[in-house]
Amino acid sequence: MSSHIERNPGMDLDISWVRKSCVNLPAVNRRAETLKTRRSIKKQWQAAWLLRAVSCLDLTTLSGDDTSGNVARLCFKAQSPVRQDLLKSMGFDKEITVGAVCVYSTRVPDAVKSLKDAGSNIPIASVAAGFPAGQTPLKQRLEEIEMAVSYGAKEIDIVISRAYVLDGDWQALYDEVKACRKACGDAHLKTIIATGELGSLVNVYRASLVCMMAGSDFIKTSTGKESVNATFSVALVMVRAIRDYYQKTGYKIGFKPAGGIRSAKEALTWLALMKEELGDEWTQPNLFRIGASSLLLDIERQLFHFVTGRYAAAHEMPMS
Amino acid sequence: MSKTSTVVVEETQDLSASVSKKTASTVSDIFESLSYGPAPESSMPAEGWLDDHGRAFGHFIDGKWVKPEGRKVYETKNPATGEKIASTTQGEKEDVDMAIAAARKAFESWGKLSGHARARYLYSIARHVQKHMRLVAVVESMDNGKPIRESRDCDIPIVIRHLYHHAGWAELMDTEMKDWSSIGVVGAIVPWNFPLMLLCWKVCPALAMGNTVVLKPATYTRLSALLFAEICAEAGLPPGVFNVVTGSGSLGSHIVCHNDVDKIAFTGSTEVGQTLRRLTAGTGKKLSLELGGKSPFVVFDSADLDSTVEGVVDAIWFNQGQVCSAGSRLIVQESCSEQLIKKIKERMSHLRLGNSLDKCVDMGAIVDPSQKKSIDEFVQDAKSTGAEVFQSCASMPDTGCFYPPTLVTNVQPVSRIVQEEVFGPVLVVLTFRTAKEAIALANNTIYGLGSSVWSENIGLAMEVARYIRAGSVWINGHNMFDAGAGFGGMRQSGFGRDGGKEGLYEYVKPSWQKRARPNVDDFDIKKFGSTSPPRPKDPTVNPPLCNGTDKSDNLPSIDHTYKNYIGGAQKRPDAHYGRPVHNEKGQTVGVVAESNRKDVRDAVEAAKKASAGWCKKSSHSRAQVLYYIAENMELRQQELAQRICVMTGQDADEAEKEVKVAIQRVFHWAAYTDKYGGTVQETSWYGTTIKVHEAVGVVGIACPDEFPLLAFVSLVLPAISRGNTVVVLPSEKHPIVGADMYQIFDTSDLPGGVVNILTGDRDHVTKFIAEHQNVDAMWYFGSAEGSKFVESVSAENVKRTWVGYGESRDWLDNEQGQGQEFHYHAIECKNIWIPMGHVFAN
Repeated sequence: MSSHIERNPGMDLDISWVRKSCVNLPAVNRRAETLKTRRSIKKQWQAAWLLRAVSCLDLTTLSGDDTSGNVARLCFKAQSPVRQDLLKSMGFDKEITVGAVCVYSTRVPDAVKSLKDAGSNIPIASVAAGFPAGQTPLKQRLEEIEMAVSYGAKEIDIVISRAYVLDGDWQALYDEVKACRKACGDAHLKTIIATGELGSLVNVYRASLVCMMAGSDFIKTSTGKESVNATFSVALVMVRAIRDYYQKTGYKIGFKPAGGIRSAKEALTWLALMKEELGDEWTQPNLFRIGASSLLLDIERQLFHFVTGRYAAAHEMPMS
Repeated sequence: MSKTSTVVVEETQDLSASVSKKTASTVSDIFESLSYGPAPESSMPAEGWLDDHGRAFGHFIDGKWVKPEGRKVYETKNPATGEKIASTTQGEKEDVDMAIAAARKAFESWGKLSGHARARYLYSIARHVQKHMRLVAVVESMDNGKPIRESRDCDIPIVIRHLYHHAGWAELMDTEMKDWSSIGVVGAIVPWNFPLMLLCWKVCPALAMGNTVVLKPATYTRLSALLFAEICAEAGLPPGVFNVVTGSGSLGSHIVCHNDVDKIAFTGSTEVGQTLRRLTAGTGKKLSLELGGKSPFVVFDSADLDSTVEGVVDAIWFNQGQVCSAGSRLIVQESCSEQLIKKIKERMSHLRLGNSLDKCVDMGAIVDPSQKKSIDEFVQDAKSTGAEVFQSCASMPDTGCFYPPTLVTNVQPVSRIVQEEVFGPVLVVLTFRTAKEAIALANNTIYGLGSSVWSENIGLAMEVARYIRAGSVWINGHNMFDAGAGFGGMRQSGFGRDGGKEGLYEYVKPSWQKRARPNVDDFDIKKFGSTSPPRPKDPTVNPPLCNGTDKSDNLPSIDHTYKNYIGGAQKRPDAHYGRPVHNEKGQTVGVVAESNRKDVRDAVEAAKKASAGWCKKSSHSRAQVLYYIAENMELRQQELAQRICVMTGQDADEAEKEVKVAIQRVFHWAAYTDKYGGTVQETSWYGTTIKVHEAVGVVGIACPDEFPLLAFVSLVLPAISRGNTVVVLPSEKHPIVGADMYQIFDTSDLPGGVVNILTGDRDHVTKFIAEHQNVDAMWYFGSAEGSKFVESVSAENVKRTWVGYGESRDWLDNEQGQGQEFHYHAIECKNIWIPMGHVFAN
């Protein structure tokens, strides 16, 4: 994916930077609230923005009952995310696929096969390292990463040990993420900080920094399994950390909100947030992904409305 | 991409490159550029409403449209496009007369309605505004140029909240405001920056407290007031209760000068506010002024700087900076100033300017080309005196009345752009080294309206909030408004509050009192207070009394020299003139100091110096001092009563009663000293808003002649109870009571300078107190002419005033001598907003 971005090599843990940072929650909430109201995207702009959101989508299935069957359906949808007739009607003349498919490590081989069948070179992202709780011994977690990479995953979504954050053991967190990065090799490391389980936005900011210092290519909000997932407040704090890290080191880190993002309208706000806070570059799939499973259907229905002026029924869109 | 490239916007002033780029607009093109497109709010319902009125409006008087013949018209334009929207009437004096007559007639029944009935009307208006919410918002944005997002999400919701909140106050008036009653007809004059919101800040409390209103909207923005009048009628408000007349500034003075108006409520510039103060001086009309500001935005290095940047956006780029409480002076700690400025500049490059009805803009148009010109003159002037001016934004229309967000650095407190209100999107930056210096810079202004403090250290933030002289202090936020907390200023930002219980007092009078209607039209204030020093009088005409002989041993009694009392010491008057004091029979009973302007100067200096320490003292300690005063008064009660008898010639019984009541009154204020510090306000924000009752500052007091001891105590004690320091003139006729009181103060642990006593010609001394810029309030209980003088000259530094208009009160009566009115005059309300939140998720 990020071929034209120089990968983040990480840096030594700068503990004083981590500790001195502070975040004011009510002020962040106020900004988050007005983000939704300061930008309004309508008409063909809305259609185009929604297609951009599609291209930034990590189309995901992470369920206990995943099989090769539903993974195959997901992969084919990933390759053809929007009905061709709709694209044609809006005069859209480019190829469009989602950003990646995201599955459990054991399902990577299924995804590799299905994508090959679909004639696709979409990257496969694999959750690994004891997803979603992270309460697996490090040795096994690292082995899972190596295994997923060996199966063909190009991106690895790991979770951090929340305990290190809650205990304030930033060195341990740094070491753990650094070890994961090493285990990834050429695969890109997307680090889930599980914001809903860190207790404060200050911890969200600090964990984001430490994960970037340890060499993450992306930082990601949530596993989708926590009670609070990708909120705009959390996102603001994480993208501000990305901006600070970039200004200090010159390396661009990607951002992936995940969990609970279901409506096309929210997808527009997510893009606007990236554009406003970090700039246009961060609205491309190499620096921005949305982790979601049901979002695509809503986007496709909105596009249907744009083209036809009629609200679509869900059954008119091919399932993923 | 090279890792050395930067997302920070280049520091360039070249706006043309970043604005109004024509972007291709096919889906494929936008997919690549991810550009923004127009997102217009439909103006159709608003156009429909304008068309219904033939795009030509009259006044709204007595529940109906009135279009007098032969009036000039004013063409209202949309500032974003320059297009004409409608024409409105330039009213004349007869129109004002008609509106005030309607309001007076309506007051007869409206003022007598039960609070509950008035509550129902206000509730109904709130409901009806809600039903027309979007129409109102669109009309407001078209007329003013402000973004529809702001009128929709801020102005109009605040309007509605104000209506509901004050429906509640109408309901509760009988219990919560039981010693107060309505005034009569209120003339309201409001500006163009928040036309409907500020209208409601006046109209809601006025109607809730049983008054009727004649409103004049600003010239640029008249439409929402007219629409609101129509909505009020639709909601069933009786005719004449709320009237709108449109016209120029001179129409405003017709309202202000009209005999049948009882109160003027004004929001606008300090200059106009001062004019209104002079126009209403001595008339017995109540006045509240919400004026200009140059509000400080204080940032410590312990702040969340990214959130601070968003706070800056809310502070100075909200409503294009045309906000009286705009945080226009960024005062930032040196250790983080560079970092913060860099972040602000980057943020500016993302601000989008555009048509007010576009839902995809951050800032709209400046209200009128003349305003834009004035803003630019400030900026060019700053540039020519060495300031660095940075302007940037993401997009700006080629046409229409727009001004880019502007950051001005390399300026100092002496710079004009730092001192004066720009009323536009222009932020100036100053830096500080220590918290003490931050407070000094924040207070280095003639204004005192809004302010904010940014720090994660709540102890620091609260302390700084207490020391900033401003009506509102927002901690880690800026420009938060709610009907539940009063908004208004100190110093030259005006007096009175809009909102909260504290705001109700601007629309009521003590129930025992009738409105004063002094007849002082012909009085020339320039002649006020001139005096000539006294000379020895013929002893056959003025036989001495006190300096007689002691009967027991035939010795002459020792001469008593009564002096001024300044800074805790007895001081001879500067000019060394004595002023004989006569009793009822014309006998000289003593000689007191004849004070002049230099004595006033010294006394004010002493009072100012004592102020900080007296305020900082715990209220328990202040109460102890007050109780001690009562204790010492009781020890000398016979002597005090005797003195009253000697001076006034009244019965011993009456004098003793006066002393007893005076001692009780000292106890009353001692008791309140630690029980009136403020309350927690119930606003709609998550967090705590604390209303602090702060001292007004240095208060000048001129006592009436009647009840020389009791009136003195009744006026001085509430003032010092609340932390004020005073310069007081005892009764001009019976001034020796002052000498008795300073002996008592001296033995009661009252710190020097808290009470300074000057004797002499009341009006002569009053003149110099009222004209002193370091005096924050003047309480004057002399003549009607003197009242006019005090009110008029107080306009200069927008002093608060409390005058008697030459009418007497019964100081023995508790309602008249120690009522809530005394609390009201002795305090400034400061609302400190502390948004809460750190608890997150699990």
